[in-house]
Amino acid sequence: MDYTNFLANIAILVLSGFIGFAVISKVPNTLHTPLMSGTNAIHGIVVLGALVVLGTAENPGIPLQVISFVAIVFGTVNVIGGFVVTDRMLAMFKTRPTNAATDGKN
Amino acid sequence: MEILVYALYIIAFAMFILGLSGLTAPKSAVRGNKIAAAGMAVAFVATLIHIRDTSSWLLIIAALVVGVIVGIPPARRVKMTAVPQLVALFNGVGGGTVALIAWGEYIDSDGFTGLHVTSGPVLPLVIASLFAAIIGSLSFWGSIVAFMKLQQILPGHPLSVGRLQQPLNAILFIGAVVAAVIVGIGSASAGASPIWFVAILILAGILGVTMVLPIGGADMPVVISLLNALTGLSAAAAGLALNNIAMIVAGMIVGASGTILTNLMAKAMNRSILSIVAGGFGGGSGGSGAATSSAGDQVAKSTSAADAAIKLAYANQVIVVPGYGLAVAQAQHAVKDMAKVLEARGIEVKYAIHPVAGRMPGHMNVLLAEADVEYDAMKEMDDINGEFSRTDVTIVIGANDVTNPAARTDPNSPIFGMPVLNVTESRSVIVLKRSMSSGFAGIENPLFFGANTTMLFGDAKKSVAQVTEELKAL
Repeated sequence: MDYTNFLANIAILVLSGFIGFAVISKVPNTLHTPLMSGTNAIHGIVVLGALVVLGTAENPGIPLQVISFVAIVFGTVNVIGGFVVTDRMLAMFKTRPTNAATDGKN
Repeated sequence: MEILVYALYIIAFAMFILGLSGLTAPKSAVRGNKIAAAGMAVAFVATLIHIRDTSSWLLIIAALVVGVIVGIPPARRVKMTAVPQLVALFNGVGGGTVALIAWGEYIDSDGFTGLHVTSGPVLPLVIASLFAAIIGSLSFWGSIVAFMKLQQILPGHPLSVGRLQQPLNAILFIGAVVAAVIVGIGSASAGASPIWFVAILILAGILGVTMVLPIGGADMPVVISLLNALTGLSAAAAGLALNNIAMIVAGMIVGASGTILTNLMAKAMNRSILSIVAGGFGGGSGGSGAATSSAGDQVAKSTSAADAAIKLAYANQVIVVPGYGLAVAQAQHAVKDMAKVLEARGIEVKYAIHPVAGRMPGHMNVLLAEADVEYDAMKEMDDINGEFSRTDVTIVIGANDVTNPAARTDPNSPIFGMPVLNVTESRSVIVLKRSMSSGFAGIENPLFFGANTTMLFGDAKKSVAQVTEELKAL
C-alpha cells in the first residue's frame, strides 16, 4: 500500500463518518433499539478482517490459526445473530401502520 | 480479480447506507435491515474471492459453521425483555474479533516488522492496529461485564473501589498505551516481545471491566451505546490497517451511530458522558441513607385494583409511563390488554416514553411493539409533556427516576436538571411498584408522596391484569 492509497482510505473514513451522522440522526427514538442492534450486526463486518488475516497468511502457525478461528467464530456470531434479532424486532413494528388505520375506523 | 473484490465492497457499503436509511421509518425498516444483511453477504463473497488461494479453507469453513450454530439460536429465542443483554453480548464478540484480528496481524507480520519491508505508510498502519487492539479488547470485556450486569449474574448496582477508581482507570489506560508504544517502536527493528502485545490486550481488557463495573443500572443505555460506538471505531481502525474499505465504511457508520445515541442518552439524563463513565450515580451521597431518613415523615397512599379501575373508567385520557419495571415483570401484554378495555370505553390511551427508560435506547418501544401497541400511540418525551395537564389518569409502571419531579424542583437532588416526564401535572397518578424501595439510582421520589398520587403495590403484570378484570366487571 502506498501513501495515496492510505490517504484515500482516510478520505473514505472521514466521509463515512459524516454520512453516518446524517443518516442516523434521522432515526426516530422509537426505532433506537433496532438501530443499535442493526448497527451492531453491521460492525460484525470485522469477520471479513479475520478472514483476510487468516486467508492471506502463508503457512499460518498454530497460534495464528487458533486466534483466527476464534475471531471468525466471534465475528460470525456478531453478524448472523445481530441481523436475526434485528429482523425479529422490526417485524413487530412492521404491522403498525395498518393496525393504526383499522383502529382509526373503529 | 482484485478490481472485482473492490467493486463488490463498494456495492456492499452502498447497501449498508441504503439499509440504514430505511430505519428512519417503521414501514421501510424491515426491508432496510434485509438490504444491510444482503450487503454483508456481498462483502463476504468479495472477501472469499480475495482469499481464494488460501490453504486454510477447512479451518475457515469450520469457524463459520460454528459461528452460525452458536449465533442463531439465542437471536431467535431471546425474549424482547432480554434484548439489551444480547445486544451487549453481540457487541462484545465484535470487539473481541477486532482485538484478535490485531493480534493475528501482529503474529503474521512478526511483530509488525513485516510491514516495514514495504515502502509506504507503515507507522499509521501500526498505530491503527494497536488502536484496534486496545479499543477492541476494552469493548469486549466491557460488554461482557455489561451483559453480566443486565443478566443479573453480577449485581446491577454500581461496584467501585471509590475514589481510587479514576486513578486506577488512568493507570490502566496509560499502561496499555505504553505497551502499545513499545510494540510500535519494536516493529521498526527486531520486533518487541510478544509479552508486550499480550499486555496491551490484558490492560485494555481490565480497563474495560473496571470502566463498566461502577456504572449503575439506570446508566446502562449510555454504556451500551458507548461500547457500540467503540466497537465501530475499532472496526474502522482495523479496516484501515487491512486496507479494507468495506470495514472502514461500516465501522465508521456504526461509530457515528453509537456516538449519536450516546450523546442523546447522556443529554436525556442531563449528565456528561465523562461523568457517567467515571461512574457512581447514586453510589455515594444519594444512596440508601438519604432514602430512609425522609421516608419516615411522609406516607404514600396505597390503593386497590378496584379503586384504580374506577378512576380509569371515568377518565377521558390515560397516559401510560413504562419503565424498566415493566420489562422485568414482562407486563407489556397485560398493559395492552388493559388499553384495549379502556379504548373500548372510548378512553384515549397514550404511552409516554422517556429516552432512557429501560436498559437501552428505545427498549420500551420494542416491548410495546411486541404487545401490538400502535406505533403512533408511543410518544416521545417532548411531544407528550404538554399533554399531562390534560390527562385524567397517568399510570406509571415500573418507572421511577424518569418521573421524579425533584429533577425540576429540588436543586439538591442528584438528578436536578435531568429532563423528566411531567406526570405530576395530570389530575391523578397511579404508580405500580413492587415496594417502596427507591430506583436504581437510589434517589427518593417525591412523586410517590404527592397529593394526587396513589400507589398500587405488587407485581406489575399481576396488578395490571387485576385492574383489567375490575374494568371489565364495571
